[in-house]
Amino acid sequence: MNDKKVLILGATSDVGKALAQVYAEQHFQLVLAARNVKDLEPIKSDFEIRNEAKVEIAEFEATDYSSHPAFIDKVGTPDICICVFGYLGDQTEAENNWDEAKSIMSINYIGAASILEEVAKKMTDKKTGTIVGISSVAGERGRQSNYFYGSSKAGFTAYLSGLRNRLFHKGIHVLTVKPGFIDTKMTAGMDLPKPLTASPLQVAKAIAKAARKKKNTIYVLSMWRLIMYIIKTIPEGIFKKLKL
Amino acid sequence: MKKISGWGNYPLVDSEINRFDTERELVKLLASESKTIARGNARSYGDSALAHNVISSLSHNRMLYFDTEKGILKCESGVLFNDILDVIVPKGWFLPVTPGTKFITVGGAIASDVHGKNHHGEGSFSNYLDEFEIACADGSIKICSPSNEQELYQATCGGMGLTGVILNATFRLKKIESAYISQKQIKAKNLDEIVELFDEYKSATYSMAWIDCLKGGNAFGRSILICGEHASFEELSTNQKKAPLNLKPKKKLNVPFNFPAIALNPFSIKAFNALYYAKNYKKVMEGVIPYEPFFYPLDAINNWNRMYGKNGFVQYQFVLPKEGGKEGLVKILKKIRSKGMGSFLAVLKAFGEQNDLIAFPMEGLTLALDFPVRKGLFEFLNELDVIVLEYGGRIYLTKDARMDGQTLAQSYPNFSKWKAIVEKYNPNFKFASTQSDRLNITS
Repeated sequence: MNDKKVLILGATSDVGKALAQVYAEQHFQLVLAARNVKDLEPIKSDFEIRNEAKVEIAEFEATDYSSHPAFIDKVGTPDICICVFGYLGDQTEAENNWDEAKSIMSINYIGAASILEEVAKKMTDKKTGTIVGISSVAGERGRQSNYFYGSSKAGFTAYLSGLRNRLFHKGIHVLTVKPGFIDTKMTAGMDLPKPLTASPLQVAKAIAKAARKKKNTIYVLSMWRLIMYIIKTIPEGIFKKLKL
Repeated sequence: MKKISGWGNYPLVDSEINRFDTERELVKLLASESKTIARGNARSYGDSALAHNVISSLSHNRMLYFDTEKGILKCESGVLFNDILDVIVPKGWFLPVTPGTKFITVGGAIASDVHGKNHHGEGSFSNYLDEFEIACADGSIKICSPSNEQELYQATCGGMGLTGVILNATFRLKKIESAYISQKQIKAKNLDEIVELFDEYKSATYSMAWIDCLKGGNAFGRSILICGEHASFEELSTNQKKAPLNLKPKKKLNVPFNFPAIALNPFSIKAFNALYYAKNYKKVMEGVIPYEPFFYPLDAINNWNRMYGKNGFVQYQFVLPKEGGKEGLVKILKKIRSKGMGSFLAVLKAFGEQNDLIAFPMEGLTLALDFPVRKGLFEFLNELDVIVLEYGGRIYLTKDARMDGQTLAQSYPNFSKWKAIVEKYNPNFKFASTQSDRLNITS
């Protein structure tokens, strides 16, 4: 048994479960957090039986910011904290209903920043640790089809780069992940191009490897780096006319 | 929409596949209007897990409880036997009953009430089933056991998914001392000899026979009987004793594409059978081998179903009662030979008694044969059905893709009783498969 502890925020998501699997196989202790703790119970027993892993589960609500300090006190300081939760939402709904827009922004950006600030404080005390934030390629440029989600992820990406800059001097590493398309429940029913779509396990393995090698920013499939480079270099005068 | 099929790659159906992770998600799926059927790892051969809308259990795959002292396992319905073996064998436990592939789900094992090489002495999977939870057509969740919700329990074991979607199951495991099987192979010159051998070796825990369907004359029905026992620690070699419960992972072969239809013809099958028979150069051969090649020889070849070409194949498995069954078997084998409808894989096995509501097994002999789908096959199989009925036998629904409803109703003695229970829990036929519609169970 490894005495290292990984905290996965959003552990009922497909990527969260895949991450738990990858770290269980590396004999990490798992702390699995999600909004619905009842859904975590079978996941806990499964890792205990299959991997003989040590697993704790905890309730976590991204938008209940004031609960975050107590949450991290309760679960303890992890060696690795991975922020996986996110809310894709519905762009059209968000344009017509501010509550939806607010949910997208508060979960993906404010909620993520709020909990990672608390984690950063704890890790700073210990002078060690790794923070991983799952952002998105959607945050690289705002597009009409999902700019609430995109802007919240843009905010999160900028937050992570600032946090990396600050914590570097404290011996703490921050990794930003921009996975592109993933074949998950969140994207079920979407017609995603196969060569650009990663499986949750592929994403999880790439994250664990990048965290170990102290990479700063990764795209899971390298094709995305090229695609996003092209999208970012299109002049705004042309970009605004595109239907993206 | 996606084209899906069972293991036989026949028939193909356009289908929308819905996955569920939690009970809550399943109940939400069941609230929709569409007719549906549960689908596990799609290893049933025919059309029993096919419909235009299916509910896949593959994401509902967590192990919930494992008592390593008493050998009791509770897991969600989408867990594969393969995953269970990985967990239980190193702890000194084995599956109480397993079919010839470990790539089936627990839910599928119940819906098909699978049998294995130990049926003659130990019965089918449901004999070891303590309890399961099932989501019914109205979205209600029921806990079923031999003493609770009895009729739903009985109609679900072997009920081909027509009573609901199984959520999880608790069952008893078998204690083992090693991951090895002490195997004995005995050659039988002809059908009479193999039938006698089954009787002689009925105390063997595991037994089955490979049979050559194309050989005539004195060697008609020549076979190899394969018996096995879980090897005790003492029986192992020095090397095997080092880690008696752990097997080294083996590399798998793969069939990367569908073979052309011509690949399996009477000539190549005869050649294969001759080689297979000759490889056992002695009358009796013994050895201690890992459990995997003993129980799952074909699992070592990924996608072996592609050998039958893109038109797919049908596995025809029937059982004939002990009384008079041999005569029926001779008739059927002669018919196969005369039509040159050779089967690459033909497996003969003796079943023990079983008196469950809708179970396939009965005391007697069961034969499983693969036939590539081609012109004239279905007419030919209809002729075989007539012989099976004449001798009081029946056909295994898990393999079936072509039988008619009348044959089913005539050959399963409790059919109407079972159907009435299905109608009670599935009143508007919310759960219906291509198979159940074809067999007039849900249509």
